[in-house]
Formats: sequence, C-alpha cells, structure tokens
Amino acid sequence: MLLIHCPYCDETLPEVEFTYAGQAHVVRPADPSSTSDSEWEAFLFLRENPKGAHYERWRHLHGCGRFFNAVRDTVSDRFLTTYAAGAPRPDLSDLIERAK
Amino acid sequence: MNAPLHSFEPSVLIETAAARVSRAAPGARLSLQARGDLPPLNAALGLDLPTRIGRRARAGALEAICLGPEEWMLHAPEAQAVEILSACAEVYASRPRSLVDVSGRETTFVIDGPRAAELLTLGCARDIDGIAVGEGRRTAFDGVTVILWRDGETSFRMDCWHSFAPHVQHLLEIGCRELAAETI
Ligand SMILES: [Zn+2]
Repeated sequence: MLLIHCPYCDETLPEVEFTYAGQAHVVRPADPSSTSDSEWEAFLFLRENPKGAHYERWRHLHGCGRFFNAVRDTVSDRFLTTYAAGAPRPDLSDLIERAK
Repeated sequence: MNAPLHSFEPSVLIETAAARVSRAAPGARLSLQARGDLPPLNAALGLDLPTRIGRRARAGALEAICLGPEEWMLHAPEAQAVEILSACAEVYASRPRSLVDVSGRETTFVIDGPRAAELLTLGCARDIDGIAVGEGRRTAFDGVTVILWRDGETSFRMDCWHSFAPHVQHLLEIGCRELAAETI
C-alpha cells in the first residue's frame, strides 16, 4: 500500500484514505467562447501520459476531504512531493535531485 | 436503514475480554464549514474552534472537532441544537458559513476495553497510535468514512452514517470475539 502525505493534515497516511483525481494544473480557459475548437478539445480531453514524473491531483476523501496536488513517478509509484491546491508547479529537477 | 429500529437504542452490543462495543445515545450533530475570521463564531458557540486537523475543544456539553481546513463537527445534547443554530444565525451576516444539522444522518459506537485500539486496526489502515488521546480524525474503517474520537488510551467513539452502521457493527462484533478467542 502506498503512503501519501496530505499537505493539509500534514500526516503521511495510507492510500485507502485517498482517491486519485486526474492530471493537475489543467486550467479552464477564462473565456471559453473565444477559444478555438481545438483549444477547447485540449482542455477537455487531452492529457499527458508520461512514463515518469506526473503532476496529478489527489483527494483526501476519508480525511480532511481536500483536493491537493502530487508529483508521482508512474513507473515506481514513488511520490516525489505533494503540495496544496493552487500552489505553483514545483520544479521537477529540484524534486528529482531531492529524491536521490 | 436495514437494521431493526431497536438496534439503534443506546445499549451494549457486545462485550468480550478484548473490548466492548456500545451504541451511544442519540445527540445533536452539526456540520460546520466556515472560513476567515473565527472569533465571532467562537463567541456565538462559546468555544474556541480548534484550527488544527484532529484537535478537539469542549465547552460544557458542546464538543467540536476539526475535520479539515475550515470544517468541523459539533456534538451536543439534542436539546441544545436549536440554541446553537440560532446563536450562529445571529452572526451569519458578518460571518457567512454553512451549519447543517446532520443529527439524523449518523450514529456513534462507543468502543472501549483493553484491546480497543487493536480492534480498530481490523478496519483502519492508518496507525491508531497516531491519534493522541483527546484528539480524533476522520478516516476509513473497512471502506466506510468514520470519525474516530480517542477519549482515552483504550476508549474510542466512532461516528458513521446510519446506512453503514449494520456493516460496521457486525465487523466490530466479529473482531471482539476473535480477539477474545486469541487471548484464551
Ligand atoms: Zn488531509
């Protein structure tokens, strides 16, 4: 079982308390009616599928209830970091350096 | 609800050498969500809402636990609910928030006895000892969202939704018997 650090509870807790919630940092266009069809399609449907570090959302469902962001390695399942929703994307090279 | 009504009366459900599980008497349960300045709400409640997740506060018979950022559960005797709701309604204009009476939604199991903490590990993946005496947490018990209150080293309360209560109760009863069988 994975252990996940919730940035709101500030505790490292079992995976069963959490749910996965898709790719992080997907920003809804401020003015949807002025976007092209392909921009709108990208917002709605196009997601990354990296082999390695993935910026993704999780929710501490059976806990504080909050959504937060995480960077997880999709190969090893290792969490490089978790951080509050709304916080800027952490720099990947720093994270990888720290994880060594 | 698929359990007979009499099973929701306060009573001891099972008692073995390992632990005892009882159903707590019904009471008022209020779900509170608020952000920003808490002092006006604290004044209305007559209690300082804890701001760290898992911390609790008590004023007389009113008890509060912080479940998440900006979220609390309040427990009080049934008769006090109207009073709390109206006191908070008075500060609503300056402190918008959500305060919902969920008394009818949940029930509470009281779990105590020498191996009470071990009994909880039957359904809780998290480390029970990470919850200090006098604190609590919302967590999962065999997939069911519950609020665990740790009242003592070997004394807990577990709030869960009525619809899950028969399942939770059954599991706790099995656990009580299994742990007692081990000790013989
Ligand atoms: Zn949390």
